[in-house]
Amino acid sequence: MANAIKQVINEVAEKVKMPSTPTRLRDLIRQIRAARTAAEERAVVNKECAYIRASFREEDSQWRCRNVAKLLYIHMLGYPAHFGQLECLNLIASPRFTDKRIGYLGAMLLLDERQDIHVLITNSLKNDLNNPVQFIVGLALCTLGAIASPEMSRDLASEVERLLKSTNAYLRKKAALCAFRIIGKVPELMEMFLPATRSLISDKNHGVLITGVTLIIEMCERSPDTLIHFKKVVPSLVRILKNLIMAGYSPEHDVSGVSDPFLQVKILRLLRVLGHNDAEASEAMNDILAQVATNTETSKNVGNAILYETVLSIMHIKSESGLRVLAINILGRFLLNSDKNIRYVALNTLLRTVHADNSAVQRHRATILECLKDPDVSIKRRALELSFALINGSNIRAMMKELLAFLEKSDAEFKAQCSSGIVSATERFSPNRRWHIDTLLRVLIAAGNFLRDDVVSNTIQIISESTSLQGYAVGQLWRAVSCSSGSLQHDGQPGDLDLQGATLPISERQPLAQVASWCLGEYGDSLINGHTNANEQEEPVVAGEDEVVDFIQGILSSSQSTIITKQYALTALTKLSTRFSVTVGRIEDIVTRFGTHLNVELQQRGIEYAQLFTKHVALRPAIMERIPPMEHKSSQQGLTNGSSGGGGTLVSNGDDNMLMDDLSSFTTTSTSHSAPATKDSNSLLNLLGGLDNFDNGPSAPVFTNSKASTAPSTSNLDLLDLLGGLDLSGSTLSSAPISGPLMTTPTGSSTSSLVNNNLANLLSSPTTQMSAAVSNSSSFLIDGFLGTAPTPSPKLQNVTAYDKNGLKVDFSFDRPVDNPNLVIVTLTASSSYGSTLCDFLFQAAVPKTFQLQMMPASSTVINSGIPVTQVMRILNPTRAVLKMRIKLSFSRDGMTIQDQDEVKNLPSALWQ
Amino acid sequence: MMQFMLLFSRQGKLRLQKWYSAQPDKAKKKITRDLVATILTRKPKMCSFLEWRELKIVYKRYASLYFCCAIEQSDNELLTLEIIHRYVELLDKYFGSVCELDIIFNFEKAYFMLDELMLGGEVQETSKKNVLKAIAAQDLLQEDEAVEGALREIGLI
Repeated sequence: MANAIKQVINEVAEKVKMPSTPTRLRDLIRQIRAARTAAEERAVVNKECAYIRASFREEDSQWRCRNVAKLLYIHMLGYPAHFGQLECLNLIASPRFTDKRIGYLGAMLLLDERQDIHVLITNSLKNDLNNPVQFIVGLALCTLGAIASPEMSRDLASEVERLLKSTNAYLRKKAALCAFRIIGKVPELMEMFLPATRSLISDKNHGVLITGVTLIIEMCERSPDTLIHFKKVVPSLVRILKNLIMAGYSPEHDVSGVSDPFLQVKILRLLRVLGHNDAEASEAMNDILAQVATNTETSKNVGNAILYETVLSIMHIKSESGLRVLAINILGRFLLNSDKNIRYVALNTLLRTVHADNSAVQRHRATILECLKDPDVSIKRRALELSFALINGSNIRAMMKELLAFLEKSDAEFKAQCSSGIVSATERFSPNRRWHIDTLLRVLIAAGNFLRDDVVSNTIQIISESTSLQGYAVGQLWRAVSCSSGSLQHDGQPGDLDLQGATLPISERQPLAQVASWCLGEYGDSLINGHTNANEQEEPVVAGEDEVVDFIQGILSSSQSTIITKQYALTALTKLSTRFSVTVGRIEDIVTRFGTHLNVELQQRGIEYAQLFTKHVALRPAIMERIPPMEHKSSQQGLTNGSSGGGGTLVSNGDDNMLMDDLSSFTTTSTSHSAPATKDSNSLLNLLGGLDNFDNGPSAPVFTNSKASTAPSTSNLDLLDLLGGLDLSGSTLSSAPISGPLMTTPTGSSTSSLVNNNLANLLSSPTTQMSAAVSNSSSFLIDGFLGTAPTPSPKLQNVTAYDKNGLKVDFSFDRPVDNPNLVIVTLTASSSYGSTLCDFLFQAAVPKTFQLQMMPASSTVINSGIPVTQVMRILNPTRAVLKMRIKLSFSRDGMTIQDQDEVKNLPSALWQ
Repeated sequence: MMQFMLLFSRQGKLRLQKWYSAQPDKAKKKITRDLVATILTRKPKMCSFLEWRELKIVYKRYASLYFCCAIEQSDNELLTLEIIHRYVELLDKYFGSVCELDIIFNFEKAYFMLDELMLGGEVQETSKKNVLKAIAAQDLLQEDEAVEGALREIGLI
């Protein structure tokens, strides 16, 4: 017994006296790899970490290097390793090269510029930068280049500058990249590197050359003065490049037959920076760019990398037109390359240049359309965006044929993007109305449920506008839905619409059902009368009243219909009761049943519409009258110069809630104004009041309504003023959708809020009407302002408020002369990489002394080349300095991006 | 400028990471996780580039290892493929037909090699020979030290 105890004590004493040699790195890695489960691995790592910690505590310097190396491996597995930071510094301070090598590696992995131990490492770096052994200096430079913070940069810049002039090329190249990093951190330090940098590009060593060029690019991009300073190196760069492509085979720098592609690409990039917006410098490099473009071997990726860089440079400088055509043709050839990477790069580059050189890109249209069939989604997406950018008035028929074919076959993720693109393209370039409507209907048929809401509202808008084609549209829609619901066989000859693929059940085509419901509700009588042909030669589509009611009942009773679709359908059905004769009883029956529907919105509609069959039956024909054509385009023009997207987008923001909000605001205001004598104007007023709230509500939730708070008058009164102004300016046309149905209301009827409610419902139930009304009212507001501003004050400089993440937001300003306290800011949001941005939401905040009012954006979807505009009114009664914070959110390629920023560059003329 | 380079296996295990711009540890882990997941689900017939946040991701698979670089908008993605290839060639020369295990067990050597090819996210040397020469010379320095240490230990110096 005593012996056993003695033995244990001896063992413990031995362990304390002489710690056994630590596990070797190799063995640790083996142990970790041998672990079968995550828990087992964790146990090995924890045990080793505990050991390493203990050995660090004992300040054991013999095994420090090995321990840190093990820790770095553990770090890579994702375990915490911060306790090794100080040990790395100890290793760096050691005189042994092995220690320094691991120490610096650890420093680069475990520290970065945000750590506080930098004071310690700066000292070690300074010592090592003066070490006689070049590799130790090299390690220090490498570390500095990886983790330099602004403070370190300031402290060590002079050392780097000294090494930049070293006679040793190994150190010169590393010092050049350190200088590159230092300038990035502290741009003011650029001055001190300038003289030494100049001489780098006359060096013979390629490492020094490439790092020198990299450094010059950085300097030129950071300072316009330096850019001018370096313009004179263009001839030397041209000479170097010429030597590279003309010189024979040099084994040291050859990459599959191309001489130093890395250096060539860097020089081409610098030439691009130097030649940008400079005719003289561009002239000097035209020849060499042409030579590179024609002499580069294109069978391998490396040659294409150089060609790609050359194309970018040609596009970016003021090059000759012949050269630009050459560049586009290179990209055209890329599109035919069998390497998918090269095709991708070509599409991306074409997308960026399509706005500058549209006609040159047009020549490759067929190839681009071919890329729509590529199996790679990234290539498909680029090709799709590029195809939309290429559409113009003369090629739209051919392009649309391809795009519709693509839409039919494509996956869900493309359907939304493609259909919205088609809608905005047709809006701009349609050869005629009928073709426009046909195309929209095909989109509705082909895209199924994968449609953005703007397509529905846009289609309704177009149909409503084209009075002569309403019957035709309803006929085609009927054909589409009756074919796809499968309940009815359509006879007669096939119309213009190709209904192939229209075999999906209607539940998979909610947007189509919505548009069909709306149109049936408005123009269902033409289907019964057979006025559904666009011209005499065609055979009309005819359906019986019962068939139509069957169809709508089918939508209403289907559990797969969305609530929104049912809302469309219910309103349509009620409308049809005034257009149809024999099925009124059936309709009443169906509508009444909705009085007990579980959905509040539908229930309310059911009850309200039921009233129109019983108590207020006399009102029904007037209330359910056809909506007058919506003047969508004219109302948009004042705001956005007819850009796409239009009124429908608001709908997508709001859904049911805002309809309800609007209703409630409506009801409350209408009860407060009860004088029967002014009923008409009151209801109009109320309606606008409601709309105004609604208008500010969903799109700009953070803002107070400035109008209400500035003046003692209420917002309603303000609007009344505005309306007065409108009447004077005589734009009665555009007010039609709002005033039309209201004016037809018999004034002698009751003043009960029920009627008002119904009116509100009527207006708000088909969402598009609502949106049209909204966009109208918002443009009224603006028209009002613009109308009262006779001559704008001196032109204010536009500023770029935001340019990140692929989104660019520009502000342009306007200050009406008669109200110098008011600034009207029009923001233009565009996509800078050419990709489509969705769900765009812009919010702004200003100091409390200001009042800010946001108008709705022209669209929530930013297509490449089609900017979105939004108007902000800023009232500045105290003439204070304007500051603005902005918050943006949008999604790109399915990723949601949110960002906040302060707009710093607002011109002072805004408040002076 | 290259923002970072990641090497990971087909199983998604990280084998090497080099960050040229400062990121908090948490962000590094998230970026790594996201990218590894995204790239591993891409099919072989897809192209080697993806747009990711503000960066362009360039990746290429060599045997069981994925090499993945993040570069800025103004950088050349085709040339980045060449940089990756150059790095692989260098490792191959150094280890003699390199495989994943070489990089696992000699990860520090893989870092040393990368640090002679690139610095601060930019290419510093375009000659393979020069890179290998620098690495060999530094390895020799380490060996000399090891020999010296051993001699000292047995009392010869």
